[in-house]
Amino acid sequence: MGSKTYGTFVVETNDEGFMTNFQQWNKDIAAAIAKQEGIAELTAPHWKVIDYMQKESAAKGSAPSIRAMTKSGVVGTKEFYDLFPGGPAKKAAKIAGLKKPVGCV
Amino acid sequence: MAEGKIKKVSIVVSKGSLEGVYPGLIMANGARMEGIEANLFFTFFGLDAVVKNRIGKIRVATVGNPAMYFPPKNGIRIPSILGMLPGMSAFATWYFGKTMDKLDIPPIPEFVEMAHDAGVKFYACKATVDMFKYEAKDFIPQLESVITVGDFYEKAAGGEIIFT
Repeated sequence: MGSKTYGTFVVETNDEGFMTNFQQWNKDIAAAIAKQEGIAELTAPHWKVIDYMQKESAAKGSAPSIRAMTKSGVVGTKEFYDLFPGGPAKKAAKIAGLKKPVGCV
Repeated sequence: MAEGKIKKVSIVVSKGSLEGVYPGLIMANGARMEGIEANLFFTFFGLDAVVKNRIGKIRVATVGNPAMYFPPKNGIRIPSILGMLPGMSAFATWYFGKTMDKLDIPPIPEFVEMAHDAGVKFYACKATVDMFKYEAKDFIPQLESVITVGDFYEKAAGGEIIFT
């Protein structure tokens, strides 16, 4: 178990940079992770996705699949890829302070 | 992580059975999930996956498949002579569909839509289209275009090609 610096924050992470202690997460850290992932600013639609992922993850123990997310009406598939370019499920989970999503779809 | 990330995959889908179409879709969609560019090229019977009145009728082949067990794990083997009975293919298709839905793997028409929205590009093989006498109106709206094998290699340039 390692740690990683995002902006001015040092958080516990795995070797891929996913946070391992959700207690440490806050919105400023999320913004700092987003920056590192190439997202300059987290907007309202980003936060809607992040909130939903955190709620689902708390309830079910893992981040929702892209399909579950689009079916919930939180975000459309195209929009999700636009909001988090280059790997939306992984990036959004990382920013949300959640575990790396498992599952192939 | 290994050096030199894969940047593009072009996947040829040549079979029109459920087990022929899903792997290509999962690999292409999975590529997009990793930020990898993905093309799907449908040829021969695989073309059914982009034909409007066929896409919803793709089934598991229960004949000529020595790995056909029911249930799949620790089940009894279904020999071809049973697999050919009416309803066997429909039943196997229903069974897998139900199992996959639980894993959030959508049915093929929905999966094609999802993969398309995710940025997968869909192409049909011109030789097959000519051979089966299909026209533009026969294809699903997600199909980008009908292309020759030469066009395919051009689109695949600089990436990996996978034949399924």
